Amino acid sequence: MPNYQWPSADKRKVIGKRMNRVDGPAKASGRAKYTYDTVRENMLYAHSVRCPHAHAKVTSIDTSAAEKLPGVAAVHVVNGSGKEIFWAGTDVVAVAAVDEPTARDAVRLIKVEYEQLPHLVLDFKEPDLAEAEKSEWYKVAEKATQGDPAAGFQQSEVVHEGHYGSPVITHCCLETHGSIAEWPDSDHMFLHISTQNVPGIGEQVANAIGMPAANVHVHQDHVGGGFGSKLGLDPWGVIVGQLSKKTGKPVKMMLDRKPELETAGCRPSAYARVKVGAKKDGTLLAWESYSWGSGGVGGGGSPPLPYVWKVPNQQKQHVNIVNNIGPARAWRAPNHPQACVLTMCPLDDLAAKLNMDTFDFVKKNIDLLDPRSKIYSEELDVADKLMGWKARWHPRGDKTRGPVKRGLGLALHTWGGRGHSSNCDLSIHPDGSVEVKMGTQDIGTGTRTSILQVAADTLGVAIDNIKLLIGDSDYPRDSASGGSSTIGGVSSATFRAAVDAREQLFAKVAPALNAQPADLEVADGKVRVASSPGRSLSWRDACSKLGAQTITTRGTNPDPDKGDLINSGVGGVQMADVSVDTETGIVKINKMVGVQDCGLVISPKQAESQVLGAMIMGVSYALYEEKVMDQTTGTMLNSNMDTYRLAGLGDVGELVVHLMSGPGYDERGVIGIGEPPTVSPGAAISNAVANAIGVRVPYLPLTPDRVLEALETAQTEGGRA
Amino acid sequence: MAAITLNVNGSDHQVAPSDGEMLLYVLRERLNLTGTKYGCGEGQCGACTVLIDGHPRRSCRTNVSAAIGHKITTIEGLEQNGKLHPVQQAFIDEEAFQCSYCTPGMIMSAVGLLASNAKPTQDDIVRGMNGNICRCGTYPRIVAAIQRAAKSGGSR
Repeated sequence: MPNYQWPSADKRKVIGKRMNRVDGPAKASGRAKYTYDTVRENMLYAHSVRCPHAHAKVTSIDTSAAEKLPGVAAVHVVNGSGKEIFWAGTDVVAVAAVDEPTARDAVRLIKVEYEQLPHLVLDFKEPDLAEAEKSEWYKVAEKATQGDPAAGFQQSEVVHEGHYGSPVITHCCLETHGSIAEWPDSDHMFLHISTQNVPGIGEQVANAIGMPAANVHVHQDHVGGGFGSKLGLDPWGVIVGQLSKKTGKPVKMMLDRKPELETAGCRPSAYARVKVGAKKDGTLLAWESYSWGSGGVGGGGSPPLPYVWKVPNQQKQHVNIVNNIGPARAWRAPNHPQACVLTMCPLDDLAAKLNMDTFDFVKKNIDLLDPRSKIYSEELDVADKLMGWKARWHPRGDKTRGPVKRGLGLALHTWGGRGHSSNCDLSIHPDGSVEVKMGTQDIGTGTRTSILQVAADTLGVAIDNIKLLIGDSDYPRDSASGGSSTIGGVSSATFRAAVDAREQLFAKVAPALNAQPADLEVADGKVRVASSPGRSLSWRDACSKLGAQTITTRGTNPDPDKGDLINSGVGGVQMADVSVDTETGIVKINKMVGVQDCGLVISPKQAESQVLGAMIMGVSYALYEEKVMDQTTGTMLNSNMDTYRLAGLGDVGELVVHLMSGPGYDERGVIGIGEPPTVSPGAAISNAVANAIGVRVPYLPLTPDRVLEALETAQTEGGRA
Repeated sequence: MAAITLNVNGSDHQVAPSDGEMLLYVLRERLNLTGTKYGCGEGQCGACTVLIDGHPRRSCRTNVSAAIGHKITTIEGLEQNGKLHPVQQAFIDEEAFQCSYCTPGMIMSAVGLLASNAKPTQDDIVRGMNGNICRCGTYPRIVAAIQRAAKSGGSR
């Protein structure tokens, strides 16, 4: 039985090396093809009539003028007369035409009438519980209690209560959602689709169309961002399938930016009134929260409160608001960033009330962070060194002169990240070339590079010697890239396939080296006798012993017979250093430190990029992002990239990333890292702003108007007192 | 609109666009140069950036008629004799991308920046590049890539 454990640090040649991503040249040259770039012969272009109302019933549709327009190939009613629409931007009628301008012209010729129905698009106001229980706009979750909250607050010498929250935001992938369908014959469909889920999306589209999943072939080379919004079935994949079937031609439909922001991405909001209590020495005793939020007609998520902390006495109640905005989608670490704000901000305020440094408050209560107390404690110390927290921290309110105030904030987070179900077919050919086939996808995280690093390390060959095929549903079945599950899945499956292939090769090569298979090893492009490295064959000569046979092995994850190479459950600590201009309300990030555990790191350059990118997305939602809805019209007011602002290159300050790796961490196995570092920035930055200006800005994003309002409120209240 | 001649990546191309067609649409749909991306259609994200007479321009907001008689360079035109432009190579070496959908626009903006300012300071880079959005968040590496390209004579 071969050894199915990751090689020790001294044996790793390619795993853990700072390699550039293998798709770099394709991407930097513009040759990388996205779904949006794909053109098929005789392809038609589709656009939709979209409902302008947040809640309405379709009463009549007249497509006659559009059908007569030259160049229009087909008109397809998506939501016919009598259908109820639950958010603005919903597709009502789709048109396929010879080119985009014609499709847009046809859309303008279609007349749809609606009966408007009552809508709700807001979610900010604290719902009255008694009314919420009676209203169809709310879903009230059961009250959950642990310990004895009343006694906990009674024993608390310091109690703090406040409002906190973060709004609905969007994903805003730069490549909008969309797909191309074609029917090579009347039973089979070929789908190019911008997706995080090459293996699973075909089945979902097939179900919606009413055809066998086996008859849908899905392909994608590159995707221009997903962040959780491209995991599941969308109407657009179904629409192109139906239009293509109708016309007998390939049909492409990619969203414009406006419908993308209105309908193709929504992270639920979460607001709460939170009360926390502690002893004078900082011992955290009690938690009470009344939280609410929305993510469209399905309601919102339910933030896991209190986040990360095992507060001994707690009581919580959550209300989901059912409203008429675009549907909720998984957004990088679903529910965690919201929960982190709702927990780490009130605890930071409590620490301030206790006249404690939040760092000390966390350390004081470190046992409540079970089972990751040790990881958090070590990470806090690393972050302290990288930020200079202990040397630079000051109590609430920067007392230096001048309008610009500086402050520090911290937050901590967790995530699962266990590798998903994955399959890898690895072939070693007699000429020494190696082929790896997996039905996974690289959503920009560097999956291609990581797979190749594992295969190259295990076979002792150069990465250039390995041909990797991914992004196609005909390849061995993998899973969606969501939940930070890809790296654990693909690395384990690839490793097992490579180990088994290597064993088979050793069996063929051993006689030529006058050795037993178990005596052999691979290193530096050679197969050699471990105890006598001089007795070796070049990789190519070794593979020639296969004669006419190719070795093909299937590696699978999970595979309990072949060890466990992965793990779940990481911790991370982030610190932010901000400056706030108290005259303009503008918040500027000076520096952020992200310290992250993710077990064994396969590809450090990619892993660090994930943390950097997550922190930047965090800066973006902390300072700028909000899906602004207008209750009068029921529509989104900022459905463009001018007013739906994202962080730019000048907004992010200095970013320092530290991965907790090496002894004590590597042994955990591989764990996903894409999501966890997105969690803390909102709370860490909000806490830094509070530390700088001395008052809490309760809600994200921390826009100038909110900062100024918080300052004014504090001044007025201070004046009154 | 009658047939027009566009000079793209050093060659003349005859195209017959409709009235009011944007340069981005012509490049992608009529010339099959898909390296230049649609991101927002309103000049706010920079994914569609090309060079017009060496200056970075948003092709999604440039009427094609305004490009007649000018030299248009797209990401496909940077490579010379099979060798990537120093800015392209620097983006690879610094790994200044993830999903990379923004990368062609980023690189074109960076090439334009270095053409007008061969030794940009950090502030110059921020000013020159702040309108190009990378949703994956690779900004620090983009800055490092531009600095690396500048050191290696990236303006070429």
